[in-house]
Amino acid sequence: QLFFSYFKDLVGREVTVELKNDLAIRGTLHSVDQYLNIKLENTRVVDQDKYPHMLSVRNCFIRGSVVRYVQLPPEGVDVELLHDATRREARGG
Amino acid sequence: MKDFGPKKLLVLLRDGRKLMGILRSFDQFANAVLEGACERVIVGDLYCDIPLGLYVIRGENVVLIGELDMEREELPPHMIPVSAADIKRLCSFFICTSTIFVRLVCLVSMGKEAQKAERDATDLKGSMRRRMEFLDMD
Repeated sequence: QLFFSYFKDLVGREVTVELKNDLAIRGTLHSVDQYLNIKLENTRVVDQDKYPHMLSVRNCFIRGSVVRYVQLPPEGVDVELLHDATRREARGG
Repeated sequence: MKDFGPKKLLVLLRDGRKLMGILRSFDQFANAVLEGACERVIVGDLYCDIPLGLYVIRGENVVLIGELDMEREELPPHMIPVSAADIKRLCSFFICTSTIFVRLVCLVSMGKEAQKAERDATDLKGSMRRRMEFLDMD
């Protein structure tokens, strides 16, 4: 629930989602759901030459289970706030 | 699901397959029904679209569902379409040569890798411990 809320607050930001199959996609976070499935808009694949089939894809739905990382802009992250929230979750469970 | 419209979609599967078609159904597990589905097989600069018909995809295999923008080229212009028979032969050849190459690389690096793997595991444990310190769990 913590990360679901966190990502909801990040909607509209530019992020790079790195998948477990090594594909990395940059785009604007359009939406997220309870499974941390992600919808990106205005997408561009990092290393486009390696993934020619993705050339015309501009919007996509990414299944949460296949995400390895979600790379965020450093100015978009309040580390202290996240630390506090995580500490609370870890304790209160 | 309404966000997808009547557009042709690209579905990437965990095994690396690329399916294309029109989404007819979708649920909370990402199970999907694709109408007029075809598999786009790409080997280097050569490709082939193999028709599959009506497909039901189990959600756990889905990596990504992308909307193919009709105003853009689906593939880079240098790519060449070939027949299904050709692409299948190319696939087998490609897999064969890749396997041989990978096996050779593995044999060469096996000795060095075992030592490095042990070092990496110890480093990772240390860095994870450090990163979790802020939790004040102890």
